[in-house]
Amino acid sequence: MKCKEFLALLDDLIDDSVSPEMRTELQTHLGKCGHCEVVFNTTRKTIEIYRSHEIYDLPAGLRDRLHAAIMARCKKGC
Amino acid sequence: MSAYDTLVRKYERQIFRIAQHITQNREDAEDVMQDAFLKAYEKLEQFQGNSKFYTWLVRIAVNESLMRLRKRRTGKMVSIDEDIETDEGSVPRDLADWAPDPEQNYNQSELAEILRKTIQGLPQGFRIVFVLRDVEGLSTEETAETLGLSIPAVKSRLLRARLQLRERLSRYFHRKKGVER
Repeated sequence: MKCKEFLALLDDLIDDSVSPEMRTELQTHLGKCGHCEVVFNTTRKTIEIYRSHEIYDLPAGLRDRLHAAIMARCKKGC
Repeated sequence: MSAYDTLVRKYERQIFRIAQHITQNREDAEDVMQDAFLKAYEKLEQFQGNSKFYTWLVRIAVNESLMRLRKRRTGKMVSIDEDIETDEGSVPRDLADWAPDPEQNYNQSELAEILRKTIQGLPQGFRIVFVLRDVEGLSTEETAETLGLSIPAVKSRLLRARLQLRERLSRYFHRKKGVER
């Protein structure tokens, strides 16, 4: 397997949507190619970091303003 | 009403995040969140059980966010196809390994700033796909349906978004030379 072919299937490997045979092939390539191993590990880490860190906090008072807006709309009939 | 309130509380963070990622403006994101929940409440009867409530709500929020962007940039069309004609990051260039647990080299606010800056620099069409798929956990099919894209288009954008983010984060997360833990 060439690096280009590995890269085309990188997402499928990360998302665990490859067949067992293909997974073995991809892992064999990873075992031999340091560059692809770095790309694989750091791409997986990229996703994990974005998934586990809240980068936009809910502004203070927004929840109450939203609740009040929904209640006000309800009073008008909805 | 109290049942709806429970739904609002369950999804408010996600909807606010999505709106903020698309509009990149806190005030707009607040408005979008409010409008999306009000619209969903009004249209609750039209909600068909063949899609999950959450993905239906996300679709409303994405549309509201794009509308808000259009308003802000009067006269300029805004679409999720914007700025995607770039090859940047489609072939990894930075192949140096990252430090172990690289996020620990920054405090919470520094890290949040790095993550915000990095994702804001992605083309819109990649950013939305990454946020829906990887941050908010929608499936490829749900993301395609929400954005009106084909499944191959979602897959190709997701790969490029992930690779571009990885490339950009590498600047901050490189293993420092001579430093081993």
